[in-house]
Amino acid sequence: MNFEWMNILLGGVIIGISVSLMLLWNGRVTGISGIISGVLSPVKGDTGWRVYFIGGLILGGLVLKVLNPDVFSETVSMSASTTVIAGLLVGFGTLLGSGCTSGHGVCGVSRMSPRSLVATGVFMAAGIGVVYVLRNLGVIV
Amino acid sequence: MKNRIAALVVGFIFAIGLGISGMTQPEKVVGFLDVFGDWDPSLILVMVGAVLVHAVTYKIIRKRDTPLLSPQWHVPTKKEITPALITGALIFGIGWGLGGLCPGPAITSLASFDSTPYLFVGSMIAGMYLFKKVDNKLKLQK
Repeated sequence: MNFEWMNILLGGVIIGISVSLMLLWNGRVTGISGIISGVLSPVKGDTGWRVYFIGGLILGGLVLKVLNPDVFSETVSMSASTTVIAGLLVGFGTLLGSGCTSGHGVCGVSRMSPRSLVATGVFMAAGIGVVYVLRNLGVIV
Repeated sequence: MKNRIAALVVGFIFAIGLGISGMTQPEKVVGFLDVFGDWDPSLILVMVGAVLVHAVTYKIIRKRDTPLLSPQWHVPTKKEITPALITGALIFGIGWGLGGLCPGPAITSLASFDSTPYLFVGSMIAGMYLFKKVDNKLKLQK
């Protein structure tokens, strides 16, 4: 197993530890789309921790940028219009489907939730399908 | 206040994990989804690592009566596979494949000060508001 693969696995383990701490401390699933959604429709007493969590993500991002800016390589040439469409779909889809890669893909799959297993299979298949189409249209070379 | 600091620490560690694993690099994510082209399967190890750890810790932690900083558990208990779940996952997956960005890495990437994550996160929030508007009228999740 080469160095890069070890890093990827290590990153996954760190993510696993972080979602475990969220469960142990706050009794919650670390579902990022759901956490953001809760900030957009604030309920008294259930918003502060969400804002702090998002702050933690950005703080972590700042540390990453200082230590190794390469983690934010922007080599996928996504046009502004594609970025907007992708963002709209991700925002709408994650709320309709009650979760994203973190909530369904990590937390839900870990506890073998049938809904999360199905959702993860579907969004992975959809992502693979889109990349296949983009490649055949010549958008990805 | 304690549960806010706890959430901040979790967010911080989560972001570091995303960065180390490569999830903040859209090119790598698209390569992972490019199964029928120039496939780079390595990102599956992110999920493997995270799920291996959390599958074990979940069982141990849930033996407790309550979490450390909250009087009760807030873990989802729904079991039904609904059309909303499948349609939503499908729409999310299409957006994910287009840009190689999902919500966590997108927020973390705001720290890069590149324009793409800002445009993406702004649009994602707009998409969420749109969902809330439509859902208010049509009750999509029922």
